[in-house]
Amino acid sequence: MPHMAQITRDEVAHVARLARLLLTDEEIDTFTEQLGKVLDHARDVEALDVADVPPTAHPYPLVNVVRPDEEVPCLDREAVLASAPDTEDGRFRVPPVLGEAP
Amino acid sequence: MTAPTGTALDIAASVRAGERPATDVVDEHLAAIEARESEIHAFNLVLAEEARHAALAIDRRVAAGEDPGPLAGVPVALKDNVCTEGIPTTCSSRILEGWRPPYAATVVERLAEAGAIVIGKTNLDEFAMGSSTENSAFGPTRNPHDTSRVPGGSSGGSAAAVAAGFAGLGLGSDTGGSIRQPAALCGVVGMKPTYGRVSRYGLVAFASSLDQIGPLSRTVADAAALYQAIAGHDPRDATSIPEPVADVSAGLAEGVAGMRVGVVTELCEAEGIQPDVIARVRQAIDALEGAGAKVEDVSVPAVVYGLTAYYLINPAEASSNLARYDGVRYGLRVDAPTTGEMYDRTRTAGFGAEVERRIMLGTYALSAGYYDAFYGKAQRVRTLIIRDFDAAYERFDVLIGPTAPSTAFPFGAKTADPLTMYLNDVCTIPSNLSGHPAISIPFGTGDDGLPVGVQVMAPALGEAAMFRAAAAVEAAAPGGEDDA
Amino acid sequence: MSTTSTTGTTATATGWETVIGLEVHSELATRTKLFCGCPNRFGDEPNTNVCPVCLGLPGSLPVLNEQAVTLAMRLGRALRCEVRRSIFARKNYFYPDMPKNYQISQYDLPINVEGRLQLPGSGAIVGIERAHIEEDTGKSTHVGGGGRIHDAGYSLVDYNRAGVPLLEIVSKPDLRSADDARGYVSELRAILLATGASDAKMEEGSLRVDANVSVHRPGEPFGTRCEIKNLNSLRSLGRAIEYEARRQIELIESGEPVRQETRHWNEDEGRTGTLRTKEEAEDYRYFPEPDLVPLDPGDEWIARVDAELPVLPAERRSTLADAAGVAPNTPAVAIAVERRLDRLALAAIAAGGDPARVLTHVEHNLAIEGADALDPSGLAALVSMETSGELTATQAKDVLAVMVASGDDPAAIAKAKGYEAMGADQLAAVVDQVIAANPDQWGRFVAGEAKVMGFFVGEVMRATNRQADGKAVTALLRERAAAAG
Repeated sequence: MPHMAQITRDEVAHVARLARLLLTDEEIDTFTEQLGKVLDHARDVEALDVADVPPTAHPYPLVNVVRPDEEVPCLDREAVLASAPDTEDGRFRVPPVLGEAP
Repeated sequence: MTAPTGTALDIAASVRAGERPATDVVDEHLAAIEARESEIHAFNLVLAEEARHAALAIDRRVAAGEDPGPLAGVPVALKDNVCTEGIPTTCSSRILEGWRPPYAATVVERLAEAGAIVIGKTNLDEFAMGSSTENSAFGPTRNPHDTSRVPGGSSGGSAAAVAAGFAGLGLGSDTGGSIRQPAALCGVVGMKPTYGRVSRYGLVAFASSLDQIGPLSRTVADAAALYQAIAGHDPRDATSIPEPVADVSAGLAEGVAGMRVGVVTELCEAEGIQPDVIARVRQAIDALEGAGAKVEDVSVPAVVYGLTAYYLINPAEASSNLARYDGVRYGLRVDAPTTGEMYDRTRTAGFGAEVERRIMLGTYALSAGYYDAFYGKAQRVRTLIIRDFDAAYERFDVLIGPTAPSTAFPFGAKTADPLTMYLNDVCTIPSNLSGHPAISIPFGTGDDGLPVGVQVMAPALGEAAMFRAAAAVEAAAPGGEDDA
Repeated sequence: MSTTSTTGTTATATGWETVIGLEVHSELATRTKLFCGCPNRFGDEPNTNVCPVCLGLPGSLPVLNEQAVTLAMRLGRALRCEVRRSIFARKNYFYPDMPKNYQISQYDLPINVEGRLQLPGSGAIVGIERAHIEEDTGKSTHVGGGGRIHDAGYSLVDYNRAGVPLLEIVSKPDLRSADDARGYVSELRAILLATGASDAKMEEGSLRVDANVSVHRPGEPFGTRCEIKNLNSLRSLGRAIEYEARRQIELIESGEPVRQETRHWNEDEGRTGTLRTKEEAEDYRYFPEPDLVPLDPGDEWIARVDAELPVLPAERRSTLADAAGVAPNTPAVAIAVERRLDRLALAAIAAGGDPARVLTHVEHNLAIEGADALDPSGLAALVSMETSGELTATQAKDVLAVMVASGDDPAAIAKAKGYEAMGADQLAAVVDQVIAANPDQWGRFVAGEAKVMGFFVGEVMRATNRQADGKAVTALLRERAAAAG
């Protein structure tokens, strides 16, 4: 199990790439220190043995919430495209995308 | 802080009775805004025209003998992370500056059904991440009691608007205390419902398993009325509780004789709690005992892990919820030669430091190799906290403790180190993790003359008992309306 | 890790065995999308079937489509899967056709696990690892791009497809040949159609196949596998698998390792190629979807699904095969079931029709519209007319086509066409007449001039308006000659 508190500069840089954020070197340093502190504070749970404790994803226990397979009116395309930074032929326009979808 | 026009229930009663036109009510509140808004900056956007228009419609209904709704004519300050159709909803972020949603949140529809009038969209910490409203991209909101100090956060704008009399009611969102803590710092009532009790459809998501919309008001009865109007099942929210909403207003004045009240040891002894805050909490507890409640100390041991669990869960969910802000479909776009670069530049330009910090923390907590140690572990710790609360609620009807560790602090006092800011939430976070309802009631002032809030918590769907206890605390509060 | 061969020895002459696992994505045939009420429809104007939910607008929330769950369960049970309590999970990555930059899918706890599918050809069993529910993405199309710096092009995105429900069906790596793989997809498709879970059209994208291919020597552990994408037809699937297996074998035999990667099938060039490699592998950071609660169908819902299961292709094949007295993997049987004509065939056989002829008609003469509405007793009667010699095979085919078009009975149609049933006596009389009318030629035929046969057959055909059965005529002529000689 990875040691909780020692987040490295490289890890911060890697995480920034995953999160699609551009950081300056200075920012990487600052974040490394700040995130390190938060994770350091998290050491109090490191020793807790919770292996047999089930995780809680939803605080109120509901199950099988479904909706009927019935049509509901869609948005007007005007409304959809009104906020778009760039459109063409009723579609959202973006710069070239390199690479295939994963 | 004296409100210009009485409590929300007073306003609604007089409008419904035809004694006072809703247009007059709106004008009075707009005048109050005019007088002090430049000083306070509670709003990102004041909706003067829309509010007058809505007021006219209310007055017409009253004149026609139709029922205008239980909150007819009451101006509401709405947090700017709740979608309003055709009206900018920015989350106080550059990345959504000017964005007009093509749809309205469920709570907005319910406000309209109740006859309430949205008078403006209020300022918040960017994407609801913060405890002081200093993280807003559009400048902070100032505490009406002392404008050199923060109003709390993230619903600082709504809390300040209610405290300053700009609105009769406010709506905020609470993920780690973002309604209750600013309510305490601004000397107003602020309540977080049971998770799932109020629809999240239309609330811009921050941490999905923790977020809830809730009322801010000057009185407990007002909060109960607003809660009643917005609560209830919504088929558009799959986490919405199907059970019907109990009437929480009817039994408000019943008092607390025989009610079992637990004083949470770990909250009263939490890190950094000001002694004068604790003193007020003790005073409130004594008052409840005097009113016939059975008061005892209770330990909820896992509560001490709340901050840790919260600061792993909330950023993780937030990092995923905020991935959609990428310049493709709406909001800010910074042009670039490729889509990948556009994502990077747009998000970097659009998000502030705290948002970036949480996204980074959350991405890390979910990343390959770290999931079990961080996010996975936090979710199990969450279960421990729920179990300890459940055990406490076997013996007690409600629990009590402080809302915030301190009174309102000066701008810049806690921004140097993020952890210092996070500690503001130590008393409020546990009920977000457990999904239980909780309310902050103003109870006197600290040594610095600034408002102190006392927190009452209840088990899931225990709002009725919670409001009843809150009303009793309010009745015993020192000073009353003139305690400024 | 199974090394069981699906079709016996499939190792090549050089001792290599190909191991294939298939991931099939099938669009579920619901009326609306997985998490919202927008229509699930192909071909509409871009961005007209969208709403805050499938656009992932701030504040929107997903709510699960009940019919998608039912169809997923139905397909799962048709594949003999165990239906389990399941949860949804977020798969996080950035791409412009992803409105939320995460896809709601199922990861740790999928709805269907541990199923099986039997290949129609060999009867071999292929394990089904899991079949889970997830949402589809939008579609982005690249425009322009002449290769020059200022003409890099751009992309246009349509979100009509975003949020359409998908079932991802993952097989175990039990397939051992391109044929098997094609057979698997065909059969899976037939099951999807039979259960109504999907219209499963590869050409329209409602059925998408990715193949995981590796090679090894039997008895040794499996090799490194590569994922092949962009397979738009069964033919591509087969070709790509064979190409990839050869590529990997060549690599290994020349001492190179096979790199684990995703490869793209190029139909025009007939080869797989590496997608532009990224520095880091994707980290999807899966976690349970907080906006959706767990799915726990329970025994009652599962029982209802089981009760509603249609008869599946495998069972239909064995029923028809039994009735016809042939092996279940007989091509005509498979075709009959594939074309939904097995009930017709069964009924025709039950009504007395000769099974072989019935199957022949189904296989060769009934790929026409309206065939499924054909009256089985009519088909049986037609086949009897063939058996008795009243109709030739060619005539029967003609009559059959008219039967399908008009609904009339075979005797009436045969009469109308002049395909009169020529009784044996009638034919004999005509033959005798022709013999009598051509004494010289008859004398030469009887004497042994075999080629005169053709003359007499021709004359009999003319006299009978070509309705005589050639074989019967020849037989009669020989008989008469023998009697005369």
